[in-house]
Amino acid sequence: MFGSINHTSSVTNSLFSRQFLHPPLQDHAGIKPFFGGRRSHTATSFSNDVDQLPTEAPLQQELNFPGGKVKFMPKRIFTSGSNEERTNCYRVLNENGELIVDSDSLKISKELGVKMYKDMVTLQVMDTIFYEAQRQGRVSFYLTTIGEEAINIASAAALDNNDFVFPQYREPGVLLWRGFTLQEFANQLFGNKYDYGKGRQMPIHYGSKKHNYVTVSSTVATQIPQAVGAAYSMKMQKQDSCTITYFGDGGSSTGDFHAGLNFSAVMEVPVIFFCRNNGWAISTPISDQFRSDGIVVRGKAYGVPSIRVDGNDALAIYSAVYEARKMAIEKQTPVLIEALTYRAGHHSTSDDSTKYRPVDEIEWWRDDQNPVKWFKTWIENKGWWSDQAESEQRSSVRKQLSQAIQAAERVEKPPVADMFNDVYDVPPKNLNEQEVILRENIKKHAQEYPSNVAV
Amino acid sequence: MWGILRQKVGGATCLSPQGVGSHMLRLRPVTSALRNYSSAAKEMTVRDALNSALDEEMAADPNVFVMGEEVGEYQGAYKITKGLLDKYGPERVVDTPITEAGFAGIGVGSAYHGLRPVIEFMTFNFSMQAIDHIINSAAKSNYMSAGQINVPIVFRGPNGPAAGVGAQHSQCYAAWYGSVPGLKVLVPYSSEDARGLLKAAIRDPDPVVFLENELLYGESFPVSAEALDSSFCLPIGKAKIEREGKDITITAFSKMVGYALKAAEILKKEGISAEVINLRSIRPLDRATINVSVRKTNRLLTVEEGFPQHGVGAEICASVVEDSFGYLDAPVERIAGADVPTPYAANLERMAFPQIEDIVRAAKRACYRSGTMVATA
Repeated sequence: MFGSINHTSSVTNSLFSRQFLHPPLQDHAGIKPFFGGRRSHTATSFSNDVDQLPTEAPLQQELNFPGGKVKFMPKRIFTSGSNEERTNCYRVLNENGELIVDSDSLKISKELGVKMYKDMVTLQVMDTIFYEAQRQGRVSFYLTTIGEEAINIASAAALDNNDFVFPQYREPGVLLWRGFTLQEFANQLFGNKYDYGKGRQMPIHYGSKKHNYVTVSSTVATQIPQAVGAAYSMKMQKQDSCTITYFGDGGSSTGDFHAGLNFSAVMEVPVIFFCRNNGWAISTPISDQFRSDGIVVRGKAYGVPSIRVDGNDALAIYSAVYEARKMAIEKQTPVLIEALTYRAGHHSTSDDSTKYRPVDEIEWWRDDQNPVKWFKTWIENKGWWSDQAESEQRSSVRKQLSQAIQAAERVEKPPVADMFNDVYDVPPKNLNEQEVILRENIKKHAQEYPSNVAV
Repeated sequence: MWGILRQKVGGATCLSPQGVGSHMLRLRPVTSALRNYSSAAKEMTVRDALNSALDEEMAADPNVFVMGEEVGEYQGAYKITKGLLDKYGPERVVDTPITEAGFAGIGVGSAYHGLRPVIEFMTFNFSMQAIDHIINSAAKSNYMSAGQINVPIVFRGPNGPAAGVGAQHSQCYAAWYGSVPGLKVLVPYSSEDARGLLKAAIRDPDPVVFLENELLYGESFPVSAEALDSSFCLPIGKAKIEREGKDITITAFSKMVGYALKAAEILKKEGISAEVINLRSIRPLDRATINVSVRKTNRLLTVEEGFPQHGVGAEICASVVEDSFGYLDAPVERIAGADVPTPYAANLERMAFPQIEDIVRAAKRACYRSGTMVATA
């Protein structure tokens, strides 16, 4: 039996715009179409024909397919592959350091604002000096965050220390915000015995359990489903925290991105997907990476609420991440944030990006659209910062860095025992045997082994 | 007396170092050690053995959860997870979309944060989609993070050929996963193996690849009362002597153990006493047990279903040559699957995998009882 028939004011005489409501469904998975032998309202021109049909089926306007009701339309319209207009971008601070709209962004205290700025400066100086160290041959590899200081620091500032961070590799600022010292960074770069990674990984692969920052792994975008899994664990344990994972425009092309976002929506877990769309994946510009309007439009495809923010605006990032975190935890939902920015440095010390992009483009983004500069203007206008504070901060950080580098360089490398432990929870017999053999060898041929490795 | 029995009879005693919670080291009394399959034996299929092991471990630890395609509503593609959804609910028995890479990565991430996932691959052939997460996200993490991140995850599912499932569903992955430091790789044969090793795997703090066999799921084996206890577990890294002998050592794992035992019966009639070793563990490989056996018998035959090049048999041969070269009276014989993608037609498939006759023939060759060098039918 059919339920009530709804005539809305928009109904015309056209047969196809009649609205029929289905009877309420008991089984959402079942398809319960209307069939046969019902009286139906038809346009006058068709009524005779309909009365004469032996098995008459009233015309359906919509159908409850698996997944929900869908309305039919007679017009053959293909949705265009691209929008004429790109999704708008959330920004609250303009390049003059003025708040565009006062109320929308969160109120930031002087303490928070100054810490944010200081850490952005530290990150900038740290990048410059460690990069130089690589060029001087003291460190084998480095990767800078130039142009993305606001993304690093402002997003970290909006999180809680219990939130798990799953970085890609261009997010040391998050670790810096949480208290990782310049010495600790330097120790990892030199792979010395104080490195928390015990010299196991290449430079910039930082990790710190006590800071809830999962060790950087070179594989691109594998951290995305891992973050979803950790968020699932938090949900199961009913913790008042979320996970956040960072990746670039390039990382969004991977299968892991698809699986991670898709699953997160199905599993309803508290994870923030933070995409640093900086325009370049090594030498691949985004026009060669995808043809969608960036990454923000993909959130809708997976059922994930999303927002696009100006990646150079520290306040907008802070505000967006703060709100995303609240949503993620209160509603147990994933959230996608796309921050538009520009990779102002080279991909890494193994890259010279002037080979594939114009120098003036790089310089424009690096100097004119500089997120550190803009935020500085804002806190100066608030009276929280001065030129003197600036020069003190920069010179203090430079000094600390040079001391940290010198100290890290001089410290011994990890001992031989560190080659064999942590493969498993308990070292297996074969590795114990190999270690004994190695030590005997070192003793016997001491002159052939480096002297700065403890045995 | 007790010590000798322990060594000869092998692994039914729980020597697991884990000692999780209230699970204590269980020493079996001497009398029952003599009967591996106790005479009061219940019979249990491998499927039920796996199901009961999962059930008990999930009951004991709320952090253990199962994830995979069709594990929940469908009760498991091979019914290994039957009944678990009803008992533990959808949060602990998670049906996933079709993306092995996705759910393997999610499982690893949840393990990073303290859960103990058991990830099911419908077959290990599909694990190739997820192999980056198994190796780079799970196996290497404890080492790369210098002990800050351990990954107590189990990847399980059927491995190797079944019957008429073609090339993309028949590959054996023991050699691939067995070569990766940071992983443990287990290969149960009987129901006791299945129960004891799966429980050990779930309790282990390291990532474990657990290679089952589809054709063994329906096979019944006697299980001792001890094996039925919920605290039962087998040590990881210990092989089991399934049958003692003195003329030739035959190593095998999974379904091939059954074939090797049948071959040993045939060989006995021809006067050759074969010692059959059920490897149980590919990584760590129980080199000690294998070498002790070869030093006794002086001849070795390795059996596996996987491809011959770089296979498990190659590793065992190298190990014996390294440790017991002087004891060998004959070259090591290596029986493996044919070096072709698995054909579908039943006659061709039969020729692509070791049969009992192949094992018998190779054993005779190693005992210099046969002139022919040709292996296959």
